[in-house]
Amino acid sequence: MSTFLQQLVNGLSLGSIYALIALGYTMVYGVLRLINFAHGDVYMLGAYAGYFLSRKLRGEEPSLLSALIVMAGSMVACAIAGMIIERFAYRPVRRASRLTLLITAIGVSLFIENGAQLVFGPDPKFFPSLAPHADFRLGHVRITSEQLTVIVVSVLLMLALRFFILKTRTGKAMRAVSFSLDAAKLMGISTDAIIAATFALGSALAAAAGVLIGMQIPKIDPLMGIIYGLKAFVAAVLGGIGNIPGAVLGGLLIGISEVMVVGYLSSTYRDAIAFGILILVLLLRPQGILGRVQKEKV
Amino acid sequence: MRLRWCAAALLVGALFPASGCGKRGAGDEIPIGEYGSLTGTTATFGISTDNAVKMAFEEINAAGGVLGKKLKLYVEDDQSKPEEAATAATKLVNQNHVVALIGEVASSRSLAAAPIAQAAQIPMITPSSTNPRVTQVGDFIFRVCLIDPFQGAVMAKFAHDTLKLKKVAILVDVRNDYSVGLQTFFRQHFRELGGEVVAEQSYSEGDSDFHAQLTQIKAANPEGIYVPGYYTEVGTIARQARELGITVPLMGGDGWDSPKLWEIGGEALNGCYLSNHYSTDDPSPVVQKFVSEYKRRYNALPDALAALGYDAARILADAMTRAGSTDGAKVRDALAATKDFQGVTGLITINKDRNAIKPAVILKVENGKFHLVETIKPESVKI
Amino acid sequence: MALWAANGLLSGTLVPGVQISPYFLQVLCLAGINIILAVSLNLINGFTGQFSIGHAGFMAIGAYASAYVTVTFGDKIRAALAFLPQGGRDGALLLAGLAVGGALAAIAGFLVGVPSLRLRGDYLAIVTLGFGEIIRVFILNIDAVGGARGFTGISKLANFFWIYLFAAITILVVSRIVRSSFGRTLIAIREDEIAAEAMGVDTTRSKVISFIVSSALAGIAGGLFGHYLMYLHTNSFTFIKSIEIIIMIVIGGLGSITGSVLGAVLYIGLTEGLREFAQYRMVLFSFLLVVLMIVRPQGILGHREFLTLLPKRWRLGVDAPPAGG
Repeated sequence: MSTFLQQLVNGLSLGSIYALIALGYTMVYGVLRLINFAHGDVYMLGAYAGYFLSRKLRGEEPSLLSALIVMAGSMVACAIAGMIIERFAYRPVRRASRLTLLITAIGVSLFIENGAQLVFGPDPKFFPSLAPHADFRLGHVRITSEQLTVIVVSVLLMLALRFFILKTRTGKAMRAVSFSLDAAKLMGISTDAIIAATFALGSALAAAAGVLIGMQIPKIDPLMGIIYGLKAFVAAVLGGIGNIPGAVLGGLLIGISEVMVVGYLSSTYRDAIAFGILILVLLLRPQGILGRVQKEKV
Repeated sequence: MRLRWCAAALLVGALFPASGCGKRGAGDEIPIGEYGSLTGTTATFGISTDNAVKMAFEEINAAGGVLGKKLKLYVEDDQSKPEEAATAATKLVNQNHVVALIGEVASSRSLAAAPIAQAAQIPMITPSSTNPRVTQVGDFIFRVCLIDPFQGAVMAKFAHDTLKLKKVAILVDVRNDYSVGLQTFFRQHFRELGGEVVAEQSYSEGDSDFHAQLTQIKAANPEGIYVPGYYTEVGTIARQARELGITVPLMGGDGWDSPKLWEIGGEALNGCYLSNHYSTDDPSPVVQKFVSEYKRRYNALPDALAALGYDAARILADAMTRAGSTDGAKVRDALAATKDFQGVTGLITINKDRNAIKPAVILKVENGKFHLVETIKPESVKI
Repeated sequence: MALWAANGLLSGTLVPGVQISPYFLQVLCLAGINIILAVSLNLINGFTGQFSIGHAGFMAIGAYASAYVTVTFGDKIRAALAFLPQGGRDGALLLAGLAVGGALAAIAGFLVGVPSLRLRGDYLAIVTLGFGEIIRVFILNIDAVGGARGFTGISKLANFFWIYLFAAITILVVSRIVRSSFGRTLIAIREDEIAAEAMGVDTTRSKVISFIVSSALAGIAGGLFGHYLMYLHTNSFTFIKSIEIIIMIVIGGLGSITGSVLGAVLYIGLTEGLREFAQYRMVLFSFLLVVLMIVRPQGILGHREFLTLLPKRWRLGVDAPPAGG
């Protein structure tokens, strides 16, 4: 039983990462109806930003403060990156067909991945440890300080996002834009700015995920965004794409199922599990768990 | 309509440079091909081997070359991917017209390229691939290192007899022939010696999260964990194992041998063991000369892959000298007849399976260094 | 005359006396395989408007299935056909392998298509991506075809002649389909699926049929691929491969067969030409792709075919397809 609980902890930790990334997917889809293929790569950029920042801060004792600085710095960097991507790659094709948008997103994703391989080198790098390591025990279940950090930070960020979306003006504007772009424009909302803000927010969350993953599993490499991004996307779809609590739910579910399959069945199907879930969801309940059916007007 | 497409395609194709065909081995240089993982997940394997091969060739060329000609090395990077290894070998054989191939370290990649060498009737020497199937591809494929049935048995013997372990767990890389092969032989031998394998888990090369598998392993309470994988994952596994509270030693094979292992795994690796081909602690003059020369050139200690690469390069040159020719079949015969060649990694004799019979060493990881703990001779292990 | 040409093609010397370098020949052959992939994908992506990113999966099925057939039953088949000359025996063996590979790929296309093609746009893209990856992971775990070490020991049965024969067949088949009334159905589905449905077209059936044809051709391409490189590894069939094929047809122009051929050739040409700058290559490609989408999303040829650029007399009856899309 304690093994099962331990695996549950493992799953929650992994799932929180997926959830953070999935939030970005879901928010962007909500406002633009675009699957931002490049989002997983922003997560990767966040991890690298964190890596370089933490190396700059090296010499100081690993401490909570330096960890916070690294995370904040990385989030800001990626927020900017997200806005740049939106402005130069997506805005020009915003009115084009869905296919064109999708291909553009794929192009951006490939560009970032290969560019990163070029700039950072294709070999993996290893995150220096940022916070002192400690273990917490609850009975036989052991939570490492890294896992705890991941879960706590993710929860905090998600709560902050929820507050932002529900209580602030910009948040309200985002909801308006995701409901209807044209109506929002007519109501005087500067949709360009709101869309940029959405990208910034989503990218910042992905960056946080990148730093957290760097802290937990020290290995980072330029292609890490592909598989994490895809699984996070599945999580967003599972929860209901466009639905923010859904993204969180989806992320946790995917994380837990993955860990359970690897632990109790076989690791070879680790990646296939996410795709399997995706296919099942799309065939049986395409709107996701918390999503609503979109009626298409002709 | 059909003709139009063909013509169009050909016209566009005609824009490419077409290189001429040359005879193999003509001219005053002997072209030798090397393919290895200079980039990718196991980059240090390829780089070490490449450094050593270049060093060997420079020394040989400085001493007059082979058969009066200089050795020219063509190197292709396979990015740590098997399909790229196949492409690299094809390119070296078809475009550079090499007379022999050196490569690869990873058995999966050697297995991908070997059929190409065999089909072209060009001898291929793998310096460090230990999976027995590599040399079974054909009679032009050789190796200068020990093979996994021996390596797995060696660690089983060490774990059982020296470390006195009765129960171990195995964490294998299922995407990797080397890892799968090695753990098969380890498991077989460990059981024969009376030990018990209490848990088996798997991962894939490239994975970075092993919490799930390690949690299951921990629940089975092993006294040691056999992790016959490559250094990138092993380092991460060690780290995560310690985080989860697993304190027992980890054991592995020559896939651990990399200067990056410690960088990745850090103190989590203290007290762990690996089987390997040679040790820099070896006081023999041949080894020490090699170590100091390599250190002078590359400012780093040579790992086993470098030592084996060096030996492979020198054995090839020696075989060509003995054969008196660079003709594939003749060099092959000379290689097959290699007896008691003094290599850095020991006396090398190629047996009828085209493998080398050599002793193995057990190294202990301590504070960033590998220390020689035990040498195990082939005779003392029943395969 | 024909025999001489055939002999020439088979031995790799297109014009007697001019020896083509093996490397150049390899590039041409890979280009030919890409042509089959691009044209077959265009049938479903360009003409039917269904965005599939799973093409590599069908290619993989065809590759592995055909290789398995020729490796396992090769000797038996060869013995049974001992009365034919060497070339004939090899050819028959190859055809047998390709038949099995194409058939299995078609079946896979059916199995994937039926559930997936009910979805639209982005969802379909992701589902096909998922299926492609599942197929790949599935093959990766089959030890009989080599698993993670790859499938070795495949005979080199494919050569310039066979590859370009099938390229030609692919082009013929796809263009016949497109210019038939069934083809018009597909274009109608592309232009406005709901309207087509309203007009009584069984859209799902049509989509699935074109998907099956497309997958079968991809399977054949895969079979040729395996029998040319003599080695197969699932790493060659990831979704990156699927995306590469998409890049080819997008560059050439979705909905244009000539465009797909052009795109395929250009892609392999640039890939090989920039081999020294391999690291910069993908960066450049992806950048160009984004620029292309912004500036000219319809690709080089859009919906036009090579023949439509010529004056009417030379067009062999090919008309410019309806504008739009």
